[in-house]
Amino acid sequence: MNWFLANTGLVGDLMLQHARLSVIPIVLGLVLAIPPGVLAWRWGWARGPVLAAFGLLYTIPSLALFVLLPPILGISFLSELNVIIAMTIYAVALMTRFVTDALDAVDPAARSSATAMGYSGWSRFWAVELPLAGPVLLAGLRVVAVSTVSMVTVGVLVGIRSLGFLFMDGLQRGNAAQIVTGIVATVVVALFFDLTLVLLGRILLPWNRRTPRVARRLALRAGGAG
Amino acid sequence: MNLFHEAWLWLTAEEQWTGTATLLSRTGEHLLYTLIALAISAVIAIPLGYLVGHTGRGKQLTVAVAGAGRALPSLGLLTVLTLIVGIGDALIAATVVFVVLAVPSVLAGAYSGVENVDHAVTDSARAMGMTPWQVLLRVEAPLGLPLLIGGLRSAALQVIATAVLAAYVGLGGLGIYVQRGIALRRYEEMLGGAIAIVILAIVVDVFFAILARIAVRAAGHQGKLSARAATEGTP
Repeated sequence: MNWFLANTGLVGDLMLQHARLSVIPIVLGLVLAIPPGVLAWRWGWARGPVLAAFGLLYTIPSLALFVLLPPILGISFLSELNVIIAMTIYAVALMTRFVTDALDAVDPAARSSATAMGYSGWSRFWAVELPLAGPVLLAGLRVVAVSTVSMVTVGVLVGIRSLGFLFMDGLQRGNAAQIVTGIVATVVVALFFDLTLVLLGRILLPWNRRTPRVARRLALRAGGAG
Repeated sequence: MNLFHEAWLWLTAEEQWTGTATLLSRTGEHLLYTLIALAISAVIAIPLGYLVGHTGRGKQLTVAVAGAGRALPSLGLLTVLTLIVGIGDALIAATVVFVVLAVPSVLAGAYSGVENVDHAVTDSARAMGMTPWQVLLRVEAPLGLPLLIGGLRSAALQVIATAVLAAYVGLGGLGIYVQRGIALRRYEEMLGGAIAIVILAIVVDVFFAILARIAVRAAGHQGKLSARAATEGTP
């Protein structure tokens, strides 16, 4: 606690920096995962290969990805883009699965009613299926947000400043309080994103009364890439 | 792309494959850490998951634990625990961290595997005179095996990813090449190490995918219902 009180400025700066590195991957994770997720949901033949390919991306350990991306993309190891792109890859890899599962979970009766009311193809997708998939998508995005915030810390090992700095600096100085401060601050940033998403869900998805069973299962199943 | 060529040369160089600290022995260390953590997590989490799945109690708690576990940064846990137990006992610290990371996935796999079994099936088992233990061990556990393996698979991948960080507390493993490569600006070593890590992760992933397929076949039709999750990829 003393260490934190003496260093509030540093911790605050790092939290902001950390949140900044996390927000783009979380947003892009949702947006970029919709096309492959829909592809896998609509066309049966695409399901296996698409989901397996994105699942494979998620198996790559984060430190390895931070090292492999810069030479592939021609950017510097120290570029923030490195962490942002790596985190976006993980976010899309996780989220694609959630998009497919969320659309699977839409009640077939609702789909039939929409068809009966004259909706067809894409108009039914945008007006009925996607909104009804919203609650499960939100549950998935919450998982993505929390694991993104936690994983960004690893970026410090390739030299990208985030709350992870407190871990490595604390280790070198033998200062456990500094590391604990870093852990707590990371959890606080993760909670901030989580609560923001819950709040956005309340506003944008008023039909989301309670967490669906599918969403709970999704939240359980997702492992992290560490 | 030239860097990748150099990394390839580094990976295939003789010094990586002969002597005392070879790529193979580093891979062995990495796998050993993973196996130890996985075994401890299985002993803790499988009975607990079966209990939750069988009785239906503590579901919310399981979800909460899984969520909280995800928020904890593994690098932070690893560094602080290493400081607390002392760098000489870093292996203990690392194992605790790996277990903390692996338990939620295994727990979720064990729990959802049992929970997913059709109630008609468990009811018939009871009607046939099976005791609760028999229902659990002969019906729910085998049918839930595909999802349990799915849980072990995410746990294993998570531990492999975190074991990469173990090099930073002096434990070796494949992460050592990345750590040394970055520190000494030897890019070919850093990239070569990263490639080796990715290959190891993919091999382990494929291994569990095959296991899951075997389990699905053994569990028959009931297993198939719950198995898509286990065979289609990590999350």
